[in-house]
Amino acid sequence: MNESATPVQEGGKKPRSRNLLERPMQAVFTVCGFIAIAFVLLITVYLIISGLPAIREIGLWDFLFGTRWASTHKTDPAYGILPFILTSIYGTAGAILIGVPIGFFTAVYLAKVAPPRVAGVIRTAVDLLAGIPSVVYGLVGMMVLVPAIRETFDLAAGDSLLAAIIVLAVMILPSIISVSETALLAVPREYEEASLALGATELETYFRVSAPAAKSGIAAAVVLGVGRAIGEAMAILMVAGNVANMPSLFSSVRFLTTAIASEMSYASVGSLQRNALYSIGLVLFLFIMCINVVLNLFLKRDKEK
Amino acid sequence: MSNTIIQAKNLNLYYGENHALKNICLDLPEREITALIGPSGCGKSTFLRTINRMNDLIAGVRIEGQLLYRGEDVYAPGQSVTDLRRRVGMVFQKANPFPMSIYDNIAYGPRTHGIRSRAKLDEIVESSLRGAALWDEVYDRLKKSALGLSGGQQQRLCIARALAVKPDVLLMDEATSALDPISTSKIEELAVDLKKDYTIIMVTHNMQQAARVSDKTAFFLLGEMIEFGDTETLFSRPSDKRTEDYITGRFG
Amino acid sequence: MEKTASRSAGKSRVKNGNLSPRRRIYEIVMRALLYISSGLTVALLLFIIGTILVDGVPGLSWQFLTTQESVINDTNGILPAIQNTLYVIVVTLIIVLPLGVGAAIYLTEYAGNRRLVAAIEYATETLAGIPSILYALVGMLVFCQMMGLGKTLLAGSLTLVIMTLPTIIRTTQESLKTVPQSYREGALGLGAGRWHMIRTIVLPSSIDGIVTGCILAIGRIVGESAVLMFTAGMSMTMQDFFSSGGLIDSSGATLTVALYVYAKERADFKLAMSVAVVLLCITLCINLAAKLVGKRLKKK
Repeated sequence: MNESATPVQEGGKKPRSRNLLERPMQAVFTVCGFIAIAFVLLITVYLIISGLPAIREIGLWDFLFGTRWASTHKTDPAYGILPFILTSIYGTAGAILIGVPIGFFTAVYLAKVAPPRVAGVIRTAVDLLAGIPSVVYGLVGMMVLVPAIRETFDLAAGDSLLAAIIVLAVMILPSIISVSETALLAVPREYEEASLALGATELETYFRVSAPAAKSGIAAAVVLGVGRAIGEAMAILMVAGNVANMPSLFSSVRFLTTAIASEMSYASVGSLQRNALYSIGLVLFLFIMCINVVLNLFLKRDKEK
Repeated sequence: MSNTIIQAKNLNLYYGENHALKNICLDLPEREITALIGPSGCGKSTFLRTINRMNDLIAGVRIEGQLLYRGEDVYAPGQSVTDLRRRVGMVFQKANPFPMSIYDNIAYGPRTHGIRSRAKLDEIVESSLRGAALWDEVYDRLKKSALGLSGGQQQRLCIARALAVKPDVLLMDEATSALDPISTSKIEELAVDLKKDYTIIMVTHNMQQAARVSDKTAFFLLGEMIEFGDTETLFSRPSDKRTEDYITGRFG
Repeated sequence: MEKTASRSAGKSRVKNGNLSPRRRIYEIVMRALLYISSGLTVALLLFIIGTILVDGVPGLSWQFLTTQESVINDTNGILPAIQNTLYVIVVTLIIVLPLGVGAAIYLTEYAGNRRLVAAIEYATETLAGIPSILYALVGMLVFCQMMGLGKTLLAGSLTLVIMTLPTIIRTTQESLKTVPQSYREGALGLGAGRWHMIRTIVLPSSIDGIVTGCILAIGRIVGESAVLMFTAGMSMTMQDFFSSGGLIDSSGATLTVALYVYAKERADFKLAMSVAVVLLCITLCINLAAKLVGKRLKKK
């Protein structure tokens, strides 16, 4: 790829060799073009192949709706992942409930109200938040949030669903802000002028005309946030406590992602435990694919307008 | 002689360094149609937008002199912009219905100004749509999106939307320039009909339209108001050479 | 009464005089929500940075950055983690760049079939949306087990190639789209072949976009932990990449994985915070770099 820097003037020096390269290069690019599709297929196929055996052995119903997970129990192992599914759903919902309002209002402020300089500062902050590695979020959560929750609510341990929700809310904030902001900036100025000319104030205009006009973009932001939250593993592995309880706000819980992460390193290859972890991966993959479909629906609707 | 409703006294407007309106003095009569004509960039739209303070939205605008609406200085420190804009409605060059239902478009203004009662809103929506001669075409699809209407219908919807807040003055900024001739003539008829109840000030670069519809005409050139008078007089016996050149098509 | 007053009307200076009480309350509440939310966002960042700096900076030292940990001397150092991180960045980029740029070129310059382009773009989006824990699973299955690489930095890098591919494709594609069509027509009109045209016209003018893609990809690689934990190992000792087979066999923790190990398995929070400081500095540099390149792009 170093040749990419060749100056333009070298145009027609070596006419022969360059024509010889045309066909092979086209083939090379075509292969590259299809590689993304190949990877998606590879991932799908592998997750299905490795995820199905355990489901077959445990039984789909018992696997999905079993409420007890005891993969290492000597005499009576159980592989029910309902606690993980519910925890993932509650955790994501909680993060959305906290993150979306904050993100939405910040986006409105950035796109419509903030003076350019202030907006610049906030955008930098948002970019930085987006760039911080998830283990760092997890670490700060462990050091600050978990003890704070323990003390505030007088608990034995602060590792809890609540801690995970707060960490997730912070982590999805940047994507919600930037996607919503883009959608709000794309609202035609004419809509806003019409509203102002009717005697609406600027804020009334932004919330009653601009935001509804940007609603599919904002919905896309929310769905993106859902995807991020449901897929996050490391940060919540550090703050959620990792016990396979049915979810409640102050108890130690396991998500779909952390269920995989916390047992993967010691489950022996070929064991039912390990295969069950792959099955959890498959379930998570299905969740994510559904979210992707919804996301694309919103994005497409936005483009068509 | 009718009453003056809007009065500009030595009005100057600057966009940064650019002197866009120069010492405008103009008395606009109530319940008549006044047309503002002139070549593009002459300041007619800018003047129109000073009346309901839409120029406030542009950074770096500076205004000197006075603009009186019913004797009140529009730019006085205590003046409520939202109130002014409610009383001085505006229709834009490009039809800009909100991406909502027809009903919600019309109801937007009244709702903004605090009307919540369903019955009251229904009544306003119907009377505004009738006022804009659109009711018969849309009464059976009020809940459908306004973006499904034709261009001419959309523009009449915008007029209806402006009427729904019961304004006093209606500003029309080249409201027909993007429409076909049939839609244009509908809106012209509508304007003539509306002047019974409203004062209409329209910017147009279509001189035939100004001649057909308006009672008074003001000619703008390079930020100055060159001539103002009865439309008939201005078009048949302009007193200024530049006006004559313009209306006879020698420039612009 | 001829008064001439001069007033400047700015966007934010519009007064809303006598609003009804209801509307005034709406204004106040909404404005408050805007300020509170935006303030909170910035405050969160400052709080996170502050916490990390306060707890982490005292543990930083030259020795911390340039040695490996030693039980005998009872010292700690993260040089192996830094080395491993660099290894992963370099190897991943070397592989993903040609693939990603090539895919973007295929999409913008060669592909004729619209549906095919849509399918490839959809696949790219799908890849971007898959969470890293799933990449970790697949990486383990395919690279560590199937291909027999075991838990090595190479297996980790290969997994990261799949993960960062969408970033490279997307940014390159965007910058390719900004190359004016007339340039291409000009070159082709002079009788240049398509590849020649791409090499001499299209690639040079989209180099900034490719650089942006690299920066974003580096950001993702540095921040990634789940994938590397399960595919690249967690050891904290020095690797000799240049011994025979070292490039292929080496295995170990990158900075993020080291942070996790310190925090979660050794409960050495001070050390973890010091690693966090290093990661934060890298994040900052990456953001700055991205912004600089972005600015250059805009100027064009």
